[in-house]
Amino acid sequence: MSAAAAPGAPLALLAELTHRCPLQCPYCSNPINLERASSELTTEEWRRVIVEAADLGALQIHLSGGEPTVRRDLEEIIAASSEEGLYTNLITSAVLLDAERIGRLAEVGLDHVQISFQDNEAGNADRIGGYAGGHEKKQAVAKLVRSVGLPLTVNAVMHRQNLENLDAVIDMAVGLDAERLEVAHVQYYGWALRNRAALMPSRDQLDRATEVVDAARERLAGRLAIDYVVPDYYARRPKACMGGWGRRFLNIDPLGRVLPCHAAATITELEFWSVRDRPLAEIWQSSPAFLRFRGTDWMPEPCRSCDRREIDWGGCRCQALALTGDAANTDPACEKSPLHASMFEMAATESTTAPPDFIYRRIGA
Amino acid sequence: MTGRVVLGTDSVPSLPRHIKLRWDKRREKWVIQAPEKVMFPDEIAVEILNKCDGAATLGEIVAALAAEYDEKPEDIAADVTEMLQDLADKGYVTA
Repeated sequence: MSAAAAPGAPLALLAELTHRCPLQCPYCSNPINLERASSELTTEEWRRVIVEAADLGALQIHLSGGEPTVRRDLEEIIAASSEEGLYTNLITSAVLLDAERIGRLAEVGLDHVQISFQDNEAGNADRIGGYAGGHEKKQAVAKLVRSVGLPLTVNAVMHRQNLENLDAVIDMAVGLDAERLEVAHVQYYGWALRNRAALMPSRDQLDRATEVVDAARERLAGRLAIDYVVPDYYARRPKACMGGWGRRFLNIDPLGRVLPCHAAATITELEFWSVRDRPLAEIWQSSPAFLRFRGTDWMPEPCRSCDRREIDWGGCRCQALALTGDAANTDPACEKSPLHASMFEMAATESTTAPPDFIYRRIGA
Repeated sequence: MTGRVVLGTDSVPSLPRHIKLRWDKRREKWVIQAPEKVMFPDEIAVEILNKCDGAATLGEIVAALAAEYDEKPEDIAADVTEMLQDLADKGYVTA
């Protein structure tokens, strides 16, 4: 495949409806500069974008944020998605939901709910999320979700300050009657990069977590599907971030800017186009940000001649920028990167030093 | 969910609510929609899944497929069961 060749259809749209959120998780993947409510896309703008995304071939929509339920028009956005035949997934912290609203969301066509948990222990979970009473509320809402027959994914973000509880987190997901559990090690972009030393697990912690997940997958086959995201810093090969830049996903931020991934705005050299100015199809096919790293022609060595170039697509551009200063460099998660060893060392050192205090996710923090 | 679903002749397989088998007009392909996953099943898988309607037993599904493909049920039963068991273990089929 050549770099700028016409892309296939996207599979999914990640719709960041807002950056507002009552929680303050220090690993939030939102940008450090959070957008304010007054600039968010309107209901009508989202309706148009949803039709355009479905026309372009998207099959799924992930309604995310921030916290998407702060939008009072969430019902209308779900209804529009459902009318277009999109598989509609709500990614939520759950703390603002109640029985009545969950009932309404199910009625208008919501297909699936994903609730984030910060830990299985209420005290630690509320400390990490920066929201008192949050954990208890999440448990209650998870039960309400199941009681109306909606399928549930428990999303557990894991790091050095909760990883010892992984067994109990898995038991919690089973107890909540979830269909699916995401054991997601923190990925270091946005707020998480700022808090990296407070979050990075040690290699021993990671190895034990992997054993716990392997055992649980076997024990719970057919009952609970477990997805497992390993932290890049201890990997030998980079992940195929977003399935390749501009190949499968598009992300629309609260202002309507279309990004190849939710962290792409950290690459400040990129020019993003907005759905306020242009049709989505034109943006997907030819916006400078999508063209910049699509395919393989942009790749430097050692990626360019690597036989895995169309497997991992060069890894993550945001990570390359964050750790090497140039988004076009080989992702240092790859052992072929000259910076791979120093990345591993940095993680090993940070994870065995006393963790600094969290910098919580807040506007203006 | 209380335990691993083990399919037998009398099981009545179906797709759980969060798994959707849909015809995608744009791609002209069948698509299985699951949380954070999209799959494009092959023709045989689609034939089998479309018969998992929550009414027919696995035995009846095998018999129907055998009739359509002019095969003996005993010759295809193992393959059909294995495919559905694999999907059940991944959470795409329940019974």
